[in-house]
Amino acid sequence: MAYRSAASRVIRHAFIIAVGLLMMYPVFWLLSSSFKPNQLIFSQPGLWPQKFTFENYAQGWQGLQGITFGRFFTNSAIISGMSVLGNIVTCSLAAFAFARLQFRFKRLWFSFMLVTIMLPYHVTLVPQYILYNEFKWINTFFPLIVPKWLATDSFFILLMIQFIRGIPSELDESATIDGCSSRQIYTRIILPLLVPALITTAIFTFIWTWDDFFSQMIYLSQPRLFTVQLGIRSMFDPTGESDWGALLAMSVLSLIPILTIFFSFQKYFVNGIATTGLK
Amino acid sequence: MERARKAVWRQNGTAYLFLLPWLVGFFCLTLGPMIGSFYLSLTKYNLLQPPKWLGLGNYNEIFTADDSFRHSLAVTFQYVVLSVPLRLVFALLVAMLLNKGIRALGIYRTVYYVPSLLGGSVAIAVVWRTIFDGDGLFNDFLGWFGLTGPSWISNPNYIAYTIVTLSVWQFGSAMVIFLAGLKQIPADLYEAAEVDGASKVRQMFRITLPLLSPVIFFNLVMTIIHSFQVFTPAYVIGDGRGGPIDSTLYYTLYLYLKGFSFFDMGYASALAWIMLVIIGAFTAIVFATSKYWVFYSDGKPGN
Repeated sequence: MAYRSAASRVIRHAFIIAVGLLMMYPVFWLLSSSFKPNQLIFSQPGLWPQKFTFENYAQGWQGLQGITFGRFFTNSAIISGMSVLGNIVTCSLAAFAFARLQFRFKRLWFSFMLVTIMLPYHVTLVPQYILYNEFKWINTFFPLIVPKWLATDSFFILLMIQFIRGIPSELDESATIDGCSSRQIYTRIILPLLVPALITTAIFTFIWTWDDFFSQMIYLSQPRLFTVQLGIRSMFDPTGESDWGALLAMSVLSLIPILTIFFSFQKYFVNGIATTGLK
Repeated sequence: MERARKAVWRQNGTAYLFLLPWLVGFFCLTLGPMIGSFYLSLTKYNLLQPPKWLGLGNYNEIFTADDSFRHSLAVTFQYVVLSVPLRLVFALLVAMLLNKGIRALGIYRTVYYVPSLLGGSVAIAVVWRTIFDGDGLFNDFLGWFGLTGPSWISNPNYIAYTIVTLSVWQFGSAMVIFLAGLKQIPADLYEAAEVDGASKVRQMFRITLPLLSPVIFFNLVMTIIHSFQVFTPAYVIGDGRGGPIDSTLYYTLYLYLKGFSFFDMGYASALAWIMLVIIGAFTAIVFATSKYWVFYSDGKPGN
């Protein structure tokens, strides 16, 4: 019996490890190929590069039309950073109102908020584009940042509402008796206790914004405004020859911020997905 | 009396102040654009000339004369039908494997989650394209078994499978949610079943799956909604215009091309509304069937 269960445990582990390696293979391949000389990327089998080169990175960093990847990374960082800030501030404001304050038509607004979570982005896409076009915001970062400052990611509002509901309301009540205003309750009591939910929101907003390709492609067409995703896409020529080494090197770099954030905040991350069912 | 009313007003005022950014966003970026998009769907509009009223003209053309619409719908359905079950089944199986008190769970969970994290990026789409290219890694792998694979990405019959594998590869996000659900199931249920001599298979169908059904339901709805909107992989792995031979002309890509390549904003809006109705219908079907297979722990089926 004991022998059998030990054997089955070994088999299970072997299986889990094998699948895990298979899962990571494309990522390892990307990493290893980015250090291979261009002519060896597709011809040399095996992950370990026979000849190490940093040429791809130097080459790729040149970017396009004289604009380096440094610019693209800065652009992505500005857009992602501002989006994170916007979501944290405005979603928490709305969540506080829904979770703690009484006001007229609350139920109505709340149900609207829930419905918007399910709404595909594409239904509002065209009029939004027209609106931003009217504002002369095409080829600026505004269309990518402003929505986050207007709490359009309702998902995070819901996440924060759930979290606030777990904070004892006696805290607010005693603060009210002590003469605290709603604003003070929000800034002094709720916000500090909401930090784990804020971090979850921040991480996901960052990663989704960083990875987002569709809206960046629609709103940004000048190379100096390109984000990392657009930079990579434009190095890549599906019909002809791409500079594969450079392309893969920049792809590696593009994934680093995401992985760094993931590994530094893993605890929040996994709890965040598990408790709220993100994505 | 007067004072009470004032207090109510002030209370409302404060609350609406907190809600203000969301309200502005809701009216200007959601509700307004929705109305606008519905209006535009009844017009012809190219951003330059004012919208020209067509009535149901766009819808009429879409349903009766647009082969690309039908094709893009078919391609998208194929993607959803293949990718959603595969992804969820993988996620569930691996979650069950990982749930058995395995040491170093954190590491495995991380390894399985990383693809979900990276999968949406252009970088991974590029990697996928090279792996499944004619002389790519995947065919090298098949070569070990003496098989010669086709060029998975330039053959219109196969490229869809390449894109599906990419989505199945990202099963980690659903898996983490399943894992959390599995952890909620009380261990004494299994112990009791063990005492009663119930087999593992029976335990799975009588305990695990029913108790996990709310989580399965949630994952199913989210994955369906998400899958209908597939874009970046299709855009990068295909040629960005739906090729080869329209095999990657997913619905959102078609909508994008109509709206932003041909600047037929009215037509694109009509496509968006049809998409909304389709996704809504699918979600409604899943919700409607849920009362037969989703069990909530308070004993009431459905909710």
